[in-house]
Amino acid sequence: MSFAAPFRRSLIPRTTRTIASRYPCSKRRCFASVTSSNPPEAPREPEGTREVPMTVGDGGSGTVRPVRQRHGSDRLVFPGAVNSRFTNRLRFRMSDPNEAIETYRVMDTEGQIVDETHGLDFEALKEETLKMYNSMVTISVMDQIMYDSQRQGRISFYIVNAGEEGIAVGSAAALSDKDVIYAQYREAGVLMHRGFTFEEFMSQCFSNKKDPGQGRNMPIHYGSRRLNFHPISSPLATQLPHAAGAGYALKLEGTPACAVTYFGEGAASEGDFHAALNIAATRGCPTVFICRNNGYAISTPTLEQYKGDGIASRGVGYGIDTIRVDGNDAWAVYKVTKEAREIAIAEKKPVLIEAMSYRVSHHSTSDDSFAYRARVEVEDWKRRDNPITRMRKFMELRNWWDQEKDTQLRTHVRKDILKAFNAAEREKKPAISKLWEDVYDKPTKDQWAQMAEMKDILDRYGEEYDLDMYDGGKGEVVIKK
Amino acid sequence: MSATLTTTRLLSRSLREALCHGGSQNTGRRSIASLTRAPRTTRPLTNAISKFNTSQTRMLASAADVKEYTVRDALNEALAEELEADSKVFILGEEVALYNGAYKVTKGLLDRFGPDRVIDTPITESGFAGLAVGAALAGLKPITEFMTWNFAMQAIDQIINSAAKTHYMSGGIQPCNITFRGPNGFAAGVAAQHSQDYTAWYGSIPGLKVVSPWSSEDAKGLLKAAIRDPNPVVVLENELLYGQSFPMSAAAQKDDFVIPFGKAKIERVGKDITLVSLSRCVGQCLTAAEKLKSEYGVEAEVINLRSIKPMDVEAIVKSVKKTGNLIAVESGFPSFGVSSEILALSMEYMFDYLDSPAQRITGAEVPTPYAQGLEAMSFPDEDLIFRKAAQLLRV
Repeated sequence: MSFAAPFRRSLIPRTTRTIASRYPCSKRRCFASVTSSNPPEAPREPEGTREVPMTVGDGGSGTVRPVRQRHGSDRLVFPGAVNSRFTNRLRFRMSDPNEAIETYRVMDTEGQIVDETHGLDFEALKEETLKMYNSMVTISVMDQIMYDSQRQGRISFYIVNAGEEGIAVGSAAALSDKDVIYAQYREAGVLMHRGFTFEEFMSQCFSNKKDPGQGRNMPIHYGSRRLNFHPISSPLATQLPHAAGAGYALKLEGTPACAVTYFGEGAASEGDFHAALNIAATRGCPTVFICRNNGYAISTPTLEQYKGDGIASRGVGYGIDTIRVDGNDAWAVYKVTKEAREIAIAEKKPVLIEAMSYRVSHHSTSDDSFAYRARVEVEDWKRRDNPITRMRKFMELRNWWDQEKDTQLRTHVRKDILKAFNAAEREKKPAISKLWEDVYDKPTKDQWAQMAEMKDILDRYGEEYDLDMYDGGKGEVVIKK
Repeated sequence: MSATLTTTRLLSRSLREALCHGGSQNTGRRSIASLTRAPRTTRPLTNAISKFNTSQTRMLASAADVKEYTVRDALNEALAEELEADSKVFILGEEVALYNGAYKVTKGLLDRFGPDRVIDTPITESGFAGLAVGAALAGLKPITEFMTWNFAMQAIDQIINSAAKTHYMSGGIQPCNITFRGPNGFAAGVAAQHSQDYTAWYGSIPGLKVVSPWSSEDAKGLLKAAIRDPNPVVVLENELLYGQSFPMSAAAQKDDFVIPFGKAKIERVGKDITLVSLSRCVGQCLTAAEKLKSEYGVEAEVINLRSIKPMDVEAIVKSVKKTGNLIAVESGFPSFGVSSEILALSMEYMFDYLDSPAQRITGAEVPTPYAQGLEAMSFPDEDLIFRKAAQLLRV
């Protein structure tokens, strides 16, 4: 509301804003460091100054610092730009296409370590490595089974994770169980790594009575209170301000954890992305924003999605610590997520990670991507690089893994998934009373009346309805709360 | 006859026709979604004429305990008490902290509760509403102030798709205890983009609770109930009421005072016609009722809905059983509005008790004009309510 707020402001006269130190300056953040790093330009406040012409808030801590342009200064010190050098060179700025923000890597496509300063003790991380590989492989096996089942008409919808397992699993491995996750929809690897069971995955996709969501959401819209994983929300990017809010809640309650949210580069065009980054930065929310920049937003190629230097350049614009990372390098994702988490919690501020990958899958089962990109393009990407094979090469270089173990793992996983799949498909659907429950914390009077009438209809005309597939059948029409 | 009256009449007439068409489609089998609610009882032969009170009915311990409160002060007290009582409660919005709120509703709260719990936000409704929803999903109890509900359209996806639906879609495991509040509806001299009534918008969403206070007691009791309610609640205040004073009973001055949702209040007892209204129009109905009494000796019963969703249909039915006549009065647009809902409910539950077709008085079907004369003709006023009621009763 660009015009509306100033308009409103004019209705009531402003009180003078001379609140230089109403609150103790306990937290020194962005603006404080800017002024203190430039001692010659920092305005000297005479003792007992009462009137301050302009003030700058300190990232939401309530500390208000004075900003004053010193006479004859060689730089601009205004509230909107507290340290901008004057220049006589007229130049419009834009990001240099030849010098994009660099992409961090720990290992190359052959699994060889390229960053010797990574500081990771791989020997100690052997078990974690095997777990990460297991999670990535399991996701890819499950995706194949579920994709095929959708094609057979056994579930209505599915989204696969192919090519992006490294981002989800690499980041999940770096997080604590207390960290709160707000995902988009292509991050099943996070859940898998956190311990979501096959039964839980399958129950959700089949909307059976064991689905914690009680069949109220499309397949793959998982959620788990046990795993601190908020339910997937279909509207794009709404989870980003939520994660800022969840981070703020953690900060307010003094919990040493952060909120983590995932989104695609297409979702980053939504207003909510900009709103979330700005409010997380200004309010100092311990939130890690992880962008999966995977080349396509359904059919829109990334190069038509935006003109600037990716999503990372926007983080810099919002005053957020930002890094770009190779998303096929699970170790790099692990490393930057670990660092980001520490910054977010210790310094109480957001961090943006842009993880680069290529979506080798179709967007979802509702999409045939060969309508807008060549099959050969996808095959090339698949052959060239892949987070799973890269991790496998890394393990093979250390003699932790071989073909036999790989075959064994895949066979084993496939068998377990199919077992859960068949059980979930046969399981009863949620009781029909679930239709009415949970709209509010307790059913309203209207809902009770509607339930009573439904029960009356079933009592009188029950034989007209086949409710055997629902848990409890016709008996389950009274809200049990 | 004023232009307003003509507009409302014309609209009412044409819409009534549409309603009849809708009603005639009611064939044998009904879907589960449109089940009837209350069983009908036979109508009493005579209207029960009970002792009635011409002034507003208020249960007061003694006049000495009653204090005059503006709606603004009542809201401020409600916020302060809830912030005091529960450390999980915090308030955020544009200018709510340093500036004390665009309408001074949050006055003094920053000094008392500090910048972590009284938060000025960047000008981004979708951003701070989304942040508040996230904080609510994480277990806090945020109060989101919109400078006006007109600006909340930027955040309506967060209110409806995230706040209202998450509890249901998560299978009941993820509550969202959040309160959205701010001035709504008719405001003076601020034109179409600043004076629009959103009651019908939010009132149509399952998962949201919606309240609309009129008096200071309403404002305090409903806002406190909203903050304590574990569901997302939309509190639709009115800018023109902020400065109005109302008596506040001793009970309402206490910090444990809450008004239950889903209960309407009979502001004036009557036997001849029921005026159902909300927010600022309640006051207009009371004035019109006094004029009906003095000019024609007609006793109008005025119902203040207080709670829009859930709505106290029983209170309306009970009143109509007694009066036999119904007019719904609101300042929103006529189509698909609160009064449309009340008239539809009258067909479902009150048809047999009505001596005349239920009527509605609404705002005109135009974006609110700025010019004073045009603006005045766009909204119901006391005189219009008076004349419409008199016309209905053929007095």
